[in-house]
Amino acid sequence: MSPPSDRTFSPTIFDLGQEGRANRYLDSGKPLELFIPPADLRDDLPLPDNSELDVVRHYTRLSQRTFGIDLGFYPLGSCTMKYNPRVNDAMASKPEFADLHPFVPDDLAQGALQVMYELERSLSSLFGMAAFSLNPSAGAHAELGALLIAKRYFRDRGETARNKVIVPDTAHGTNPASAAMCGFKVISLPSDERGRVSLEELRKAIGPDTAVCMMTNPNTLGLFEDQIAEITAAVHAAGGLMYYDGANANALMGNARPGDMGFDLMHLNTHKTFTIPHGGGGAGHGPLGVAAHLVDYLPTPVVVAEAKDGAGGWSPSDRLSYHLEFDRPKSIGPMRSFWSNFAHAVRALAYLYANGEEGLRRVSQLAVLNANYLRVKIAEFLETPYPELCRHEFVVSAQQLKRDTGVRALDLAKALLDRGFMAPTMYFPLIVPECLMIEPTETESKETLDAFVEALREIVETAKSDPESLFAAPVTTVVGRVDETRAARQPDLRWRPSPN
Amino acid sequence: MAQPENLLYSKEHEWLKIDGDVATIGVTDYAQDSLGDIVYVELPKIGSSVAQFGNAGVIESVKAVSDLYSPISGEVVEVNAALESDPASVNKAPYDDGWLFKVRMSDSGETANLLGATEYAALAASS
Amino acid sequence: MYAPHTARDVAQMLDAVGVKSLEALLPVPQELALRAELDVVPALPEIGIVRRFDDLAKKSTGVRYRSFLGAGAYRHYVPPAIAALAMRGEFLTAYTPYQAEVSQGYLQAIYEWQTYICLLSGMDVANASVYDGATALAEAAIMALNATGRHKVLVSRAVHPNYRAVLKTYCDGLDVEIEEIPYTGEGVTDTAAAVAAAAGKEYAAVVLQSPNFFGNVDTLPAGASDALRDSDTIAIAVVAEALSMAALATPASWGAQIVAGEAQSFGVPVAYGGPYAGFIAATQEHMRRIPGRLVGKTVDNAGRTAYVLTLQAREQHIRRERATSNICTNQAHCALIATIYLALMGKTGLRDAAALNLERSRELATAVSSIEGVDLQFPAPFFNEFVADVHRPASDVLAALRERGILGGLDLGRYYPELATCVLMTATELTTPADISALADALSEVCDVAAV
Repeated sequence: MSPPSDRTFSPTIFDLGQEGRANRYLDSGKPLELFIPPADLRDDLPLPDNSELDVVRHYTRLSQRTFGIDLGFYPLGSCTMKYNPRVNDAMASKPEFADLHPFVPDDLAQGALQVMYELERSLSSLFGMAAFSLNPSAGAHAELGALLIAKRYFRDRGETARNKVIVPDTAHGTNPASAAMCGFKVISLPSDERGRVSLEELRKAIGPDTAVCMMTNPNTLGLFEDQIAEITAAVHAAGGLMYYDGANANALMGNARPGDMGFDLMHLNTHKTFTIPHGGGGAGHGPLGVAAHLVDYLPTPVVVAEAKDGAGGWSPSDRLSYHLEFDRPKSIGPMRSFWSNFAHAVRALAYLYANGEEGLRRVSQLAVLNANYLRVKIAEFLETPYPELCRHEFVVSAQQLKRDTGVRALDLAKALLDRGFMAPTMYFPLIVPECLMIEPTETESKETLDAFVEALREIVETAKSDPESLFAAPVTTVVGRVDETRAARQPDLRWRPSPN
Repeated sequence: MAQPENLLYSKEHEWLKIDGDVATIGVTDYAQDSLGDIVYVELPKIGSSVAQFGNAGVIESVKAVSDLYSPISGEVVEVNAALESDPASVNKAPYDDGWLFKVRMSDSGETANLLGATEYAALAASS
Repeated sequence: MYAPHTARDVAQMLDAVGVKSLEALLPVPQELALRAELDVVPALPEIGIVRRFDDLAKKSTGVRYRSFLGAGAYRHYVPPAIAALAMRGEFLTAYTPYQAEVSQGYLQAIYEWQTYICLLSGMDVANASVYDGATALAEAAIMALNATGRHKVLVSRAVHPNYRAVLKTYCDGLDVEIEEIPYTGEGVTDTAAAVAAAAGKEYAAVVLQSPNFFGNVDTLPAGASDALRDSDTIAIAVVAEALSMAALATPASWGAQIVAGEAQSFGVPVAYGGPYAGFIAATQEHMRRIPGRLVGKTVDNAGRTAYVLTLQAREQHIRRERATSNICTNQAHCALIATIYLALMGKTGLRDAAALNLERSRELATAVSSIEGVDLQFPAPFFNEFVADVHRPASDVLAALRERGILGGLDLGRYYPELATCVLMTATELTTPADISALADALSEVCDVAAV
């Protein structure tokens, strides 16, 4: 363990703390034995007591050892790390939303239900689907739900031989993992030399055992799948369903719709496209959209609207009444303890109100502009395997740089950390060697993009003149490169008190 | 590290050493190098049956995971328990202390389906 | 609109890219060009957004009632220091800590969360969070199914109905059967029946919740836990009210091997259902089957203590279709909130909170059971909720209480037809004596009137 005099050292909350150094948030409680038989009580509660000041300092310091969008540019491909507007959090924290118990009767929760309704209607229209469920907690959760819907749909039609899910080799890992959780077998489709799904390979792979083909458009290389209409037609002709992974939805709002492309099922990551804060890895929110023939299968509960008497209201949705519907015979059932990550639905709706249709169209246009601007600038000094108009993200490869200097994508990424930028996504998708996937998003200014380009240019030059310095990066952060091998070989996953 | 001459090899980068009717199995130097630092090996259960080129377990490194196949059919009679606490020996001595499991062969004729040292060396070089 | 581009920026950048207009950047095949009239909410300046949400909030009147609702979502005192810390921009807007060097703060916080969950549950290892209690149960069941190679799970009927329903949704996908164990007249699981069924070695797991959905302490007796081990059946403990772990014997102490639970009680708002903070923890032997992210402690290249996401080879981004789970995004920020809550409350605060929950709920139980025509349904010891039998349709009684400004609890007939005259009532440290007497008065009025 590092000595306390090392300013980089950070004790855990368990290392601080003294028995009895408690705060007074509540009245004192009586002895537990008065209420519960001693045999049912625990022997001791080995948790630390810490003063509020110590806790505040501890977590404030931890926050300072954490890099968020609020600190700097975060060009993580496939993650859409755009600015998280604070008004969204303020709206979600309103007591009428934050303190509303999920079991409150529907007529006392009309405001909350209306939030869900307005969000659901807007998303359905924006993406060309018949309906969305706001149940799933994340993209992967929605994927699972969609595949369960497909499984149930085919079972109802007596087509139980359909047990294969087709996934391009550029797909995010959750796609095949979700398929496996439904008992499907995964077929991986090789991409063609243009980086797109190969229509020829697809035709070979589809057949009477095809359940679902999972894709995203633009794909994870940031390229628009221009043959998407033929692809969906081919899969439908074989009797399969098309699933749209909405991770890249930031690239097509107001421009094209997955529903129009022929997708039957889709998810959105509102913690990507719709500014729900990432919070260090979650909580996310994964609305699940379906075409008309699959609406009955959506997870429960579903928000149902009906006309109500009386006039007034600023919008048509103000003239409806809402309730949660649980009794849906064809539904796959519930996917979570309660109805949705509702606080995030509030945030997403607030973001939609900040934009409207035109605003969202412009979001996608500027996201694509920013990505192409970076692409043409970076292409001057780093290999871009697909030198054509990209959408909201693009990939570069350090393969040649590695051959010439030994410097790899990993080293470029770590060097960026030293210059105050978050590194792009590394080594994904798998088909591009020494890959960095860059997605700037629309909330970054030209000055930020120019600064990033200059930093990366300088790093690549350093690779040629002094590669050793890059192998050592990062050097300005509180810790340097960590020993991942040791972490995996000798797992230490929790604090333990020292023997003395 | 050159491939030991006295071993047989599979296309999945495993090696086989025969001693009577028992075969000792491990992964090659090429395999351990490609995977990187090995952190965990999931070995087959003693007493279970394995089929030639069938699934026998999993080998994990920090950043990757790879299926283990058995180069020969038979019954698993021993596994290298030391790997539980020291998976690194697969990296350090893949042909020696880093052995994985032993199989009592059900059909020694299956060795005809395997590669000799020279053939394997060519395969590894072209991978 | 949060994009900073000026007209000049756009012009310069289009020029650099070599494209004439923004529209020309996003060409689509003719047949896909957007023709439909979109129906999205209208754009408003921020002041308009605030006004709009004020109007929507006014329609959520449920917060104005005295509430005795629990049933898996609990109102507890939340120190304001939590929001002051958790809503710091560095924590709020950080991504998953894949770049360990610039994420040491979050990684350490999650390491602390993992530790707290282990200390509270008695388990050896806990993960970085899952979506919520119900999905935690589904993931725990999958762990047990993979560990044993069996295809059936036994679940107590006293487990939260929504959790059981979610488990069924997941098991339908895997062609796994769920069978239910009944509860007894005491209000706890018929563990003898569970053990007898498990003896046939067909079930991967037996699932119990403690405190159960009725609020009762519901654990395995010593013999039962040994018998399950003998039949290689994994005992899964569900915890929906995490605060109970501050007082009650740990799931580890009565033989649980996997604990699937909900940490919403630790400072996370009830927020009409989410986001919450699911957790999953297990004994050492199940470490490698645990889904989701794990934070481990290691050293950096200069020997300094450092934290990193580890054992990633289990996860979807590496194992893909052979992953332990498809989970990627978790509930990290909610887990952070829970960790800060636990740090602020500490051992003393948690003990006090638990004791106050126990005391208030007993005051409530005494007050309602002393009303003519209302009885406590079960004799078992409970934590902070209990079942009251009102001897007439619970829905009618609750409707009448509503008119008096009170949400008296949950109509159990919604999930248990045999309990249609029963209400699940909850009291926490936020429940005041005034709340209790208001409910008692209203209930006795309602019950008197109806008795005529």
